[in-house]
Amino acid sequence: MKMHMNHLPQTQTRKQRSLWQDAWRRFKKNKLAVISALFILLLSLIAISTIVIDLTTGNSFYRQYVIKQNLRGKLDAPSAAHLFGQDEFGRDVLLRMIWGVRYSLFMGILAIVFSTLVGGFIGAISGYYAKLDNVLMRFMDILLAIPSMLLATAIVAALGPGLVNVLVAIGIAYIPTFARTLRASVLTVKEQEYIEAARAVGADDFRIITKYILPNAMAPLIVQSTLGVAGALLSIAGLSFLGLGIQPPTPEWGSMLSNARTYIRDAWHITVIPGLGIMLTILALNLVGDGLRDALDPKLKS
Amino acid sequence: MKNNVLLEVKDLVVRYETDDGVVQALNSVSLSLQQGRILGVVGETGAGKTTLAKAIMQLIPTPPGVIASGSVFFDGQDLLTFSKQHMRSVRGQQISMIFQDPMTSLNPVMFVGEQIMEVIRSHNPEMKKSEARAKAGEMLEMVGIPAERAVEYPHQFSGGMKQRVIIAIALACNPKLLIADEPTTALDVTIQAQVLDMIRELKQKLDTSIILITHDLGVVAQNCDDVAILYAGEIIEHGSLRDIFKAHQHPYTEGLFKSIPSLASKAQRLEPIKGLMPDPTNLPSGCKFSDRCQHTKPECRDQMPPFVDVGGGHWVRCVLAGKGGVG
Amino acid sequence: MYRYILKRLLLMVPVLLGVTFIVFFILALTPGDPALNVLGEGATPEAIAQTRIEMGLDQPIIIRYFRYLGGLLRGDMGVSYRNKIDVASMVIERFPATAVLAVAGIFIALLIGIPTGIISATRQYSGLDYASTVLSLIGVAMPNFWFGLLMVLIFSLNLGWLPSQGMGEGFVPLLRSLVLPALTLGTGSAATIVRMTRSSMLEVIRQDYISTARSKGIAEGQVISRHMMRNALIPIITAVGLQFGHLLGGAMLTETVFSWPGLGRLMVDSIKSKDIPLVLGSVVFLAVMFSVVNLLVDIIYAFVDPRIKSQFQRK
Repeated sequence: MKMHMNHLPQTQTRKQRSLWQDAWRRFKKNKLAVISALFILLLSLIAISTIVIDLTTGNSFYRQYVIKQNLRGKLDAPSAAHLFGQDEFGRDVLLRMIWGVRYSLFMGILAIVFSTLVGGFIGAISGYYAKLDNVLMRFMDILLAIPSMLLATAIVAALGPGLVNVLVAIGIAYIPTFARTLRASVLTVKEQEYIEAARAVGADDFRIITKYILPNAMAPLIVQSTLGVAGALLSIAGLSFLGLGIQPPTPEWGSMLSNARTYIRDAWHITVIPGLGIMLTILALNLVGDGLRDALDPKLKS
Repeated sequence: MKNNVLLEVKDLVVRYETDDGVVQALNSVSLSLQQGRILGVVGETGAGKTTLAKAIMQLIPTPPGVIASGSVFFDGQDLLTFSKQHMRSVRGQQISMIFQDPMTSLNPVMFVGEQIMEVIRSHNPEMKKSEARAKAGEMLEMVGIPAERAVEYPHQFSGGMKQRVIIAIALACNPKLLIADEPTTALDVTIQAQVLDMIRELKQKLDTSIILITHDLGVVAQNCDDVAILYAGEIIEHGSLRDIFKAHQHPYTEGLFKSIPSLASKAQRLEPIKGLMPDPTNLPSGCKFSDRCQHTKPECRDQMPPFVDVGGGHWVRCVLAGKGGVG
Repeated sequence: MYRYILKRLLLMVPVLLGVTFIVFFILALTPGDPALNVLGEGATPEAIAQTRIEMGLDQPIIIRYFRYLGGLLRGDMGVSYRNKIDVASMVIERFPATAVLAVAGIFIALLIGIPTGIISATRQYSGLDYASTVLSLIGVAMPNFWFGLLMVLIFSLNLGWLPSQGMGEGFVPLLRSLVLPALTLGTGSAATIVRMTRSSMLEVIRQDYISTARSKGIAEGQVISRHMMRNALIPIITAVGLQFGHLLGGAMLTETVFSWPGLGRLMVDSIKSKDIPLVLGSVVFLAVMFSVVNLLVDIIYAFVDPRIKSQFQRK
C-alpha cells in the first residue's frame, strides 16, 4: 500500500540535531544565562592574566601593588586614582579584587573538580555494582547527615588553615552530592532495555559504562558542578571570613571582608565591594547552572 | 422525545496564544444537546474534545487561552456573558464535568467524603455540615461504594472506584448537564462497562443530560442517542445515532468507520485514513480534511463548507452532502 | 504510628554512630601531641608518656573512638585544653543562644518564604512574581555574613535602630538584639524556600484534581487553600529540615558577625586555639542536633501526608 506523499499536509522538516546542539540553541535563548556565562568567562580571563603576570614578573608586581602596605592612603574612599578605594593598609582595593578572583573562582572550580571525580566515581560504581551500592550509600548518607559547612570546618580544624586544606575540606564535603547524582544517572540508564540488548551482543562492562552510561550522566553532572562551584565559592569565602581558610595578606574576598569588620564605621567600601564581588560571582554561576538545566532537559521546565 | 434544547453551542472559536505559535483549538464549533439525551462527541486525540468541554464550563486558562467568538447557550442564556461569580454558581450545580484520568483527578490529601461534601456545601451554604455529610454518604451509596468509606483517601481506592467517586461528586447537586470527558479511557475494559452502565442508570434516575466525549465508537454505539463528529476543531457531522452509524455522509466519518475492525464483515486489511490531522498552529484554509480526503475537489480548499441539513436533524459539513454522500 | 517513630529512631542510631565516628576520626588526624597540649610546654618526657597512656593515645583509633563514645553516652565530652573546664558543660551553656537564633531564623524564613512562594505561583508572570524571583535569586547568592555586615552598617551604625553586638538580657533587649542576626540567618533560607514553594505550587496547579476542584464551582480562595496549598506544602516540610542544616552551618558566620554568644562562635574560637576536645564536642553536638531535627521533620511529614499515615494506621 503506497503512501500518497503528495497528499500529506505540509509539515516542517526537522533537521537531525544532536542533543548538544539542541541544548546549545536553547541555552543561547536564555539571555540572563548567556550574560552570566560571559561574566564568568571574563572573570576567568582576569584570573588567568593575574597568574600570567605573576609568573612573568616573578611575583614582583603582586608584592608591590597587592600586598605592600602604604599607610598614607589608609582607608581612602574610591577616587579617580583608586577606583575602588584603598583598604586598611592603603592597598588598592581594585587590584586586590582582581588578584582575588582566582582564589574564589578557580579554587571553587578545583574543589568541585576533585569532588566530581571522586564522588562521580563512587556514585558510578555504586549504581553499577549493586553489591557495593549498599555500603557506599550508607557511607554517603552518614556524610550527608553532617551539614556541609560543619564538615568542611571540622576538616579545616584538623588540617589547619591554608589554601590546600580548604580545597581538600570543601572537596570532601561535596563528594556525597556528586556520588548521588552519578548514581541516579547510572541507575536510570541501567534500567533501560538497550543495556540488556548491548550485553546480549557481547559488550563488556567498560564499554557499557563509557558508551551508554557516561553520556547520559553528563547533563545532570554539568548542572550540578556549576551549582556546586557556586556553593564551594561561598564556603571558601565563609571559612576565610572566619579566619580558618585563606590567610591574609592573600587577597581572598572573604578574608578581605573579615579585615573590613574592624573598620566598618569608617570605610563602607571595603565592606561592600568584596561582598558584592562574591555575590555577583555566585549569582552568575547560579544563573548559568539554571540555564544549563533548562537547556539540557526542557521537560523539567514547563 | 423532548424537543427542549438544553445546550446550544454556536460558532465557538477558541485559541491558545503561546510562545510557539497560536494554536487554533476550536474553529467555529456548533452543536446542540436536547434535554434528556446523551450526545456523543467523537474525535481523535488533538481534535479539540477537552478544549470544547472546558470551554462550555469556562475552565479554559485565560492567559494562553482566548475565547475569540461564539456563544454557548445553556437553558437559553449565553454562558460566555456570565460573570465569574455567576459561572461559579453554575459549575457543579447546573453543569458538572468529569475528567479523563481518575487516578489524578482527586485531591490526594482529602477524604473522598469531604470532596463530595465540598461541592454540596458550596452550592448549599445554609445546609448544616451533618446534612451535607449524610448526603455525601448517600451519593457514595448511589455509585456503589459503602458510605463508611467516606473517611478514606483516594489512594485507598481502585481506578474504577475512583471514577465512581468522581461521578458522585459531579452528580451530588443534581446538575442538568453532565460533561463526561473520556470517562472510561483510562480504565480496564471490564470496568469501563460498569462505569458506563452506572452513568446511564444515574441519568435515568436524576434526569441528567449528558455530553459523552470519546474516541471509541463502540462506547458511542452502546450509550449515545445523538452523535457529533469533531475533526481539527470543527464539528463536521452530527445527527442521531442511527444517522451517523448507518447513513453517515462525511468522508472523515466514513473513514472512521472503515478503520475499525468488524466481526460482521470479512476484511483482509483495515483501511486507515492516510495522513495526519493538520498541525493546529498551521491549519489549512477551507475544509480541514481536504488534504486526506479521497473525494476532495478544488472548491474544498477555498472556504469552509457550510452545514447542510440532510433531513431529520442530520447535518453534514461537506460539499458532497445531500448528494448521496459517501455512505 | 508509633511503629514508624520507633523504626526511624532505630535507623537513626547507626547514622549517629557513623557521624560521631567520622568527626572523631577527622579531628584525630590533627597534627600535634594532645598530651603535650594538656600538660603544656615544659612538661617532662616521662609525664608526657604517662599522660599519653592515661589518655589512651597509644591505642588504635577504633578503641579510642569507643572510649569517647562511652564518655558521650555518660555526658562526658572531655576537658578543654585551654581552661580545663568540662567540655560538655561549656557546650550546653552556649547552645541555647544558637538554638534561639536558629529557631528565629527558620521562623523568619518560613514567614517570608511561604506566602511569597504561594503568591508568586498563583500570580505567575505578574510583576510580583518577577520581583520575588529576582529577590530570591539575589538572596540565594548573597553570602550571609556579608548581608549581616550590611545590616549592621545600615541599621546599627547609620540608623542606630538596633544593636550590632551581643545578645540582650531581658525580653525586649533580647528581641531587639535578635532581629538583625535572625534576619541575616533567615534570609538565605527564605530565598530558597520561596523558590521551592513556588515550584511546588506550580506543579500542583497543573494537576488534574485542581481542574476537578474548579469544576465544582467553589471559590478560588478555597481552591488555593484546600487543594493547592495542602498538597504543595508537604514536600516543603522535608526541605525545611535540610535548611536547618544550612542554618547550623551559617550560624557560625552570623554569630561571628554579631558577636552572638552561641555554640558556633565557641567552635570557631576553639579551632583557632587548637582546643580539640572543645571543637570535637561542638561539632558532634551540632551534627547530632541536625539528625534529631531531621527525625522530627520526618515524623511530622508522616503525620501530614495521608499516603504515609494510612500505611501505619490500624484498620
